This record gives sequence, structure tokens and C-alpha cells, in this order.
Amino acid sequence: MPVKPILTRDFATEDLPQLKVYERTGGYDGFKKALEMQPDELVELVKKSGLRGRGGAGFPTGNKWSFLPKGVYPRYLVCNADESEPGCFKDRYLIEKSPHQVLEGILIASYAIGCNLAFIYIRGEYLPQHDALETAIAEARQAGYIGKNVLGKGYDIDIILHRGAGAYICGEETALLTSLEGYRGEPRLKPPFPAIKGLYGKPTVVNNVETVCNLPHIVLNGADWFGAIGTPTGKGTRVWCMSGHVNRPGNYELENGTPIRELIEEHGGGVWKNRKLKAFQPGGASMMVLLPEHLDVALDFDAIQKAGSLAGAGAMVVMDETTDVVKAAWRVVRFFARESCGKCTPCREGTNWLEKILKRIIDGHGRLITRMPPLPFSSPGYQFCTVEYLICAPSRAISSTTAACNWFSSRIGAVQPSR
Amino acid sequence: MPLGKPTVEHIKDLAQRYPSKQSAIIPALWAVQHEQGYVTKEAMAEIAEHLGLPASLIEATASFYSMFLTRPEGRHDVVICVNAPCMLRGADEMAAYLQRALGVRDGQTTPDDAITWHSTIECLGACGGAPMMQVDHHFEENLTEERIDSIIERLRQPAAAAHPPAAVAAAPAKRKPATKRARSEN
Repeated sequence: MPVKPILTRDFATEDLPQLKVYERTGGYDGFKKALEMQPDELVELVKKSGLRGRGGAGFPTGNKWSFLPKGVYPRYLVCNADESEPGCFKDRYLIEKSPHQVLEGILIASYAIGCNLAFIYIRGEYLPQHDALETAIAEARQAGYIGKNVLGKGYDIDIILHRGAGAYICGEETALLTSLEGYRGEPRLKPPFPAIKGLYGKPTVVNNVETVCNLPHIVLNGADWFGAIGTPTGKGTRVWCMSGHVNRPGNYELENGTPIRELIEEHGGGVWKNRKLKAFQPGGASMMVLLPEHLDVALDFDAIQKAGSLAGAGAMVVMDETTDVVKAAWRVVRFFARESCGKCTPCREGTNWLEKILKRIIDGHGRLITRMPPLPFSSPGYQFCTVEYLICAPSRAISSTTAACNWFSSRIGAVQPSR
Repeated sequence: MPLGKPTVEHIKDLAQRYPSKQSAIIPALWAVQHEQGYVTKEAMAEIAEHLGLPASLIEATASFYSMFLTRPEGRHDVVICVNAPCMLRGADEMAAYLQRALGVRDGQTTPDDAITWHSTIECLGACGGAPMMQVDHHFEENLTEERIDSIIERLRQPAAAAHPPAAVAAAPAKRKPATKRARSEN
């Protein structure tokens, strides 16, 4: 039996962004229940639920919280709303439809980790969503959910809404913290991880919008309820952003473990114009492409990784049989070349060269090559962040799948088999 | 041009709001752009003075972020997304049409100062409604040539609303989108 939506359950309710309407749907009951519990109990509850971060890396949320060093205060919670992975638009949807659900999640997380000042870092382009959150924060403050001695329970919490100004890299958690401190948004070396030394050098937890939206439901319904949904290593649901060549692009909340086929064919209405599927990217435009033979892979962090790609931030980009995959890859690489923050050489120089090489292939001047030059330093560990590793996905795809290799080689001419 | 009093008050207030006054730099830059339409070196120096920080720090930060403008642009800001998910649904054709319709190239302003347009390859987060463009920070999705025509016609009106009335209701009235003022107003 298909599982009912959790986060988007009430999204059809009119005026849901208004506090009164949100409260009528059971809103803030999770936060009220959380305030009756000890913070440590909450951390254990979330650990037990198996909730994994929805921002891309899929790290267990409860574990992240428990890494904070004991007795070190102040500590901060930062909600990452700097959604900018190409193909991803779920956080915008979640904020737009129910800003109070985001706030309630932030309040629960803040209380659980013992934080009295939380931040929401929202990308500069999302101005209407920024304004929706600003209104919601004012409403919640008025109603006593935010402020001193919240609901008479002796807990103080304030939320600062911080607007970015156009930089893809600020979605990476250490770059986000650097940006929030007022500097150029460049990533920092890890370790120390933000949990130990984060914002202003204090212990900090960075959680994605979708991650915190799960919290009110877990608190209200319990870890066992949440644990029964999804797959053994991927609990709960995910909001999948479907775009590209499908009949009904949009956001779909599905239980983890649902076959990719169901998302594309049933929810997305199948490939448009009665065409055949050529390829798809399950985690956003920087992830490795999968092929029609992978349609029965489950929508799940581990299953998608096993199939050779990454679930990332949950963006399904679908390409039909007429797609020029080389051009699509070039467009993505051009984006990264423009957005590279410039701190690490492999990314700053590598993206630039990769873009030039792909453009050359598109223009019909491709040369016989058996390997993309940036490959030698495109393994993790040579950069401050993982972005550059992801950029080289197209070049890794060439060396990994025959079909992808053919898309590129057919544009170059006869290709010398690699030794 | 010195900053207006409300903006200065706002910047001083921002410095108090964060645990570190340096965190107020980006919000202060937004406040300046909101008032003046773009951010000059003089304005950055003024921010530095009010926050008690070196001007070089403000410039270093401002130059990193793509949304801070350093020169005046048209009254309306039109940004069309051409990243891969939008490209798959015809964004390149829409961008080409927009260029023909406006008669100026990517990054330029129409002679009547009404519209500055550019294509962006930073995904704007509306792939479900591709092809799309952002008009003064409001999303116009599922673009067709006809829709582009009607949007341009609306923006060309002398006192055009930045976006349709339905979208206005969603945003609080007190905050206008950070649109750029025409040169004549500066």
C-alpha cells in the first residue's frame, strides 16, 4: 500500500502559510510535545528514527546532532535553504507551501541541541520565499513560539533570517557558514567539522530545509512509525523534484524505496511527446547519468549509489531520446566553471578546461582522447569541498558506461580503444 | 551619494542583531542596493564606517556575490535561466526570442531604460516550470513566445507593477523587491 505523504500532507489546504491555518492541521503540536521532553531524549528519538539529511550527503541527522561537544556554549543551528543544485526546487516548494512547518522543525532541532539562536540561510534569488518566512517568523514570535521563555517552558530561542546574494557554493555547509560570517563564501578545511568548530568558531549544526520539516512528524508519531516507512537504510519519504522531458514535471513526495519507474512513468506522466527515455540523473545535474536499464532501481540513497550514481538532493532530470547529452553535460560544466569559488586549483582550472573540451566536441573539433585531462586530481581529498569531484561526473561517466562513451565518441569520430 | 537616514539606521540596527557585526555586511549591502539600485564604492565605504570595519572587507565580500550590482540598470530586471534542466525544455529558444523582442544583447538595458535582461546559468530553482524567467524576483514559468510578449508589454508601461497583482499578495507590502532604479532617478 502506498504510504501517504508526510511533509506535503496538508499542502492542498488553503492559506496554510498562515499560522492559524497551520495550527488547525496539527501545526506546532510537535514542538509543544518536544518541549515536554528532555533535549537528550529528542536526540535519541531522531537517531532511532533513522532520519538521514536531505541536503545531499544523506548523513544521519541524530548522529550529526550528537557530535556537538558537551558543555560548549553557545551553539548554533543553521537551516540550509541555499538550494541551488541544478534540477532542485523542493526547498522552495516546502517553504512556499508551509513556512511554519520549516520553522517548527528548526525550533525542535534547536531545542534538541541546546541552541538559543538559530539561522536560516536562504539564497538571494528566493525573495518571495524569504518574505514568506519573514512573515511566518513574525507570526510565530507574536504567538510565543519564538522569543524568551517559549510557551512558559523556560526555553529561549531566536531565529535570524539571512539572505544570500547569489553564489552556488554557499549551499556547501562550510562555505555557507563562512558566508554567514560576512566573508566571501569559500569552503573551509574539514576537520574540524562544523559540529566542533562552526559558525563563529562555535559548535554548529547545519540541517537542510527538508530534513527539519520531517522533525515535527517524527516527534508527534514516534521513531517506530517513521522507521516503518521506507527502506532499512533510507527511512521516510523524499520530495523528488522532477524536471526535463516528462509530461508532468514538479515535486512529488514518495516513500523511499519506490522504483524510479513509478516516479517517472506514473507521477511524471512518462517521457513527453511519446518519445523514449535516453537517460536520467537521479540527484541533480551534477550527478552521474543512469540509463533506461536502471528504471527499476529504488529511490533510495544506497540503491542509487549501487547503480553508479548518487541520490544527492533528490532532483530527477529526465532526458528523452533526442537529447544531445554532450550539450547538456557542457551546460552543466559551464555552470560549474562560472560558479567555482576559485579557492582550489583543480576546480578553478579543471572546470575551465573541461568546459573548453566539451565545447570543442560540440563544435565538431573534438580530438581523439581516451581520458578527460582533469581526471587525475578529480578524486575526493584534493579540494576543500566535494563540488569539483561532482563536476567531473561527465568525465567519469565516459569511463564507466559504454552508452555514455558512445554519446561522446560518436561526436568525435572513431575512437581509439583505451589500453 | 550619501545613504538615506532609514538605511543608515537599518545598518546600525543590523550590526546589533548578529553575534558578530561582520555578519551584517551582506544584509547591509542589500539595504544599500534596495535604496540606491546598485552599490558604489562610496556606499561600501559608508557601510564600513557604520559597521566599524575596513572598507576592503566590504568590497571583498561584495565582489564575491553575483547579485550585487555595481552600476545602474533598467527599471526592471529580467533573468532567464538556461541551465541544463531549463535547456531541455527550450530555454535557449526562449532566450533567443527574448533577445530579438528586446533588441538588446544579454546583459544590456533597453534604450527606454525599462528592462535589463540577462541569461543566467545558475539554476533558479524552478525546473518544474521550465522554461522560466525571473522578473524582478518573481518567477514567470512555462514560458511561450506569447507570454514573453505580454510580460515585456507590461514592463514597458511607465509605472509598471513589478509583477502581477496575484503575486503581490504573497509578499508583504512593506518590502519591495530589490529592483533597480532608472538612471534618471539617481
